Amino acid sequence: MTNPPPGRPFEDPDEQERRAVTRRAFLRGAALFTGTAAALGGGLELLTRRPGAAPAPSAAPPLVAAPRALGPYDTAEPLTPYAQATTYNNYYEFGLGKADPARLAGGLRTQPWTVLIDGEVRAPLQVDLDRLRSWFTPEDRIYRMRCVEGWSMVMPWQGFPLAALLRRAEPTGHARYVQFTALHDPQQFPGQRGDVLAWPYVEGLRLDEALHPLTLLAVGLNGRALPNQNGAPLRLVVPWKYGFKSIKAVVRITLTRTQPPTTWSLAAPQEYGFYANVNPAVPHPRWSQATEQRIGEWGRQPTLPFNGYAREVADLYRGMDLRVFF
Amino acid sequence: MVVGGLVPLVGLLLDARTGALGANPVQRALLQTGLLALALLLLSLACTPLRTLSGWTWPARVRRALGLLAFAYAALHFLIYLFDHGLTPGVVLEDVLERPFITVGFVALVLLIPLAVTSTPRMVRRLGFVRWQRLHRAVYAAAALGALHYWWGVKKDHTGPLVAALALAALLVARWVRAPRRRS
Repeated sequence: MTNPPPGRPFEDPDEQERRAVTRRAFLRGAALFTGTAAALGGGLELLTRRPGAAPAPSAAPPLVAAPRALGPYDTAEPLTPYAQATTYNNYYEFGLGKADPARLAGGLRTQPWTVLIDGEVRAPLQVDLDRLRSWFTPEDRIYRMRCVEGWSMVMPWQGFPLAALLRRAEPTGHARYVQFTALHDPQQFPGQRGDVLAWPYVEGLRLDEALHPLTLLAVGLNGRALPNQNGAPLRLVVPWKYGFKSIKAVVRITLTRTQPPTTWSLAAPQEYGFYANVNPAVPHPRWSQATEQRIGEWGRQPTLPFNGYAREVADLYRGMDLRVFF
Repeated sequence: MVVGGLVPLVGLLLDARTGALGANPVQRALLQTGLLALALLLLSLACTPLRTLSGWTWPARVRRALGLLAFAYAALHFLIYLFDHGLTPGVVLEDVLERPFITVGFVALVLLIPLAVTSTPRMVRRLGFVRWQRLHRAVYAAAALGALHYWWGVKKDHTGPLVAALALAALLVARWVRAPRRRS
């Protein structure tokens, strides 16, 4: 540890650079330049693949007639461009990358599709999605969507309140929670061939949250059938909670007496709670939740309590410490 | 070589202009610069073991350039994070002080600053090789903290961070095994 060991001369690149540029040095420099550029550029490209091309717009017929006045729950904020809302998705059933769902969701068969509603209900039912949709008239809802990772979008959903469907099944007096289960099919979901999460994806709401008029079962986006990568053919949308609560590709809705397990709180209970209400005052262990990156815009904006829906839903949590029940 | 090492940056800027960075360009730029910083740091650490094992001399000549490139990308990574948080010192300070994920990344960057500053031959002479070498051992701490920062930054699928951690462990073992014998 005293002197540089013998036979290990201390290198001095500056000295070399100061020397006149010989042909040999030039060639070596060019080779180093090309090699470094190719290695770093190529390596980076391989390590963080480019997002895939934007998918073709849905050929499905419009679900609703065009322009309309804003409804009571709609935000007037500008919509996130459709191309971004359909290519920047967290949907681990298709892969961990944000662009994976748009690239790989083409293989998902959304027809036929049946939904089972069971558990603490007097009238359990198993219904084909087309039939289920004929029971309700789709409504438009322009909601903010806030991901727990700190980004957000404004999405124009079409769907019907979950309450309408639950009432058809007639919850018993014992029903206190609602458990949702997504499709489990590794054939169609390449991401399910690994065990990054405990498949199938499950989520849950308290019954009063599930019955809240803001809680939507969505079947469309931008006036068209829901793209597969956005949760086709049927997904939950709970706009005052972080996005991971809004389970995609729902096949089963079970009313329960006790709080159901939820996929992300099973995976990392200290980071993702059952409630997952958007709350700028409760940071994620690894990052602040005070601000958010609105996709398609520059800079961050403040995150609102309950994602801006405090007036509608704050009452649901009166008396609860939302730092404990995060 | 340093110029070559900055080529990914040009790619990043071009992508930003054409929108190829995707829906969340800031996030993507953060990820890419962070990854480059850690990869370059590990490469710079690989130089000495590689030279000893192979007998080649060129790894020693590129070591400093790799280290400086790593520092440049780490600094850029931090600058993007600063801009992403609107340059609000309060928010950043809270992040650095209260969230270990940010703390370790920040400490890793701070550790690299004196190493970058003392990277010239003149500084080696001024400090004396022994002191200089002792100081530059901080690079291991920086790399370890960088790898931990990467690990904590990933929500699921720790393949990338695991590869980085294993590479670092292998490099440390390579040195440790070699150190007492001091073959060259």
